[in-house]
Amino acid sequence: MILIGEDRMPIEVLLVEDSPGDVRLTQEAFRDANPTVHLNVAIDGVDAVAFLRRKGAHADAPRPDLILLDLNLPKMDGREVLAHIKEDDSLKLIPTVILTTSDAEADIVKSYQLQANCYLTKPVQLEEFEVLVKSINDFWLKRVKLPQQMQL
Amino acid sequence: MEEATGNKRFVEVLLVEDNPADARLAQEVFRDVNSSVRLHFASDGLIAMEFLKREGIYADAPRPDLILLDLNMPKMDGRAVLARIKEDENLKIIPTVVLSSSEADADVLISYQLRANCYLRKPAQWDEFDHIIRSINAFWLSKIRLPKQLDAPA
Repeated sequence: MILIGEDRMPIEVLLVEDSPGDVRLTQEAFRDANPTVHLNVAIDGVDAVAFLRRKGAHADAPRPDLILLDLNLPKMDGREVLAHIKEDDSLKLIPTVILTTSDAEADIVKSYQLQANCYLTKPVQLEEFEVLVKSINDFWLKRVKLPQQMQL
Repeated sequence: MEEATGNKRFVEVLLVEDNPADARLAQEVFRDVNSSVRLHFASDGLIAMEFLKREGIYADAPRPDLILLDLNMPKMDGRAVLARIKEDENLKIIPTVVLSSSEADADVLISYQLRANCYLRKPAQWDEFDHIIRSINAFWLSKIRLPKQLDAPA
């Protein structure tokens, strides 16, 4: 019998994404690729910041190990969310991956200037989207050493 | 046989690594998996900064698309190199991957504090080192959108 790692902490991923279709696809792709991933979703920039700051309904939110951030979002866009994360001494350690349909050079450069950890363009094709989520899992959650969670 | 890639641009990778065996292995793996990679070596932090600033014999050095940075090196260590890269308005957008044998949480933490783009542990086993280089190629050089070279001809 295989013991499922009961004592293993789930990997907390925060997906900031306003498209319900993309949210669902990401959820399904992670479920296939890595069942220890717990995917938290924020549907706009204000919601994302509330989650990270544990405000309001997010008082018990976990600190994410990884953030997947769309750029074009309602209320507060991804660039602002990114700036907010990377200006905060505690939050800035959380690797933040831009995941957007934009392939505008200005968006790519701006994201790296704002200290995005990397920039990925969302493919339109469903299968490619799945492959991309798997590659995020394989690299960021299996290869990379993430900073240890510091509960403040 | 593949045709030579006429006007295809090279992917310039700077490996900052004081261990010649690791440097050679990285070169062999990149040669196998991605022939458009041009790997440049700096064997300590001072040489890395000269390369990045195009000083002395590095006046014609290309701007790297990706930097792979060891932490423990002679002269100027990887932490100091990382701090300088990320404090420089021109250099800071170059993705910098820390590739270190250190397992210390403090090294992982300080690297992210100094804005490393990610931290990878360099395995002692050669076949695992091979896998790490392959995964860097598969992710950073195949999936990720790197910032365009600002000073390259269009």
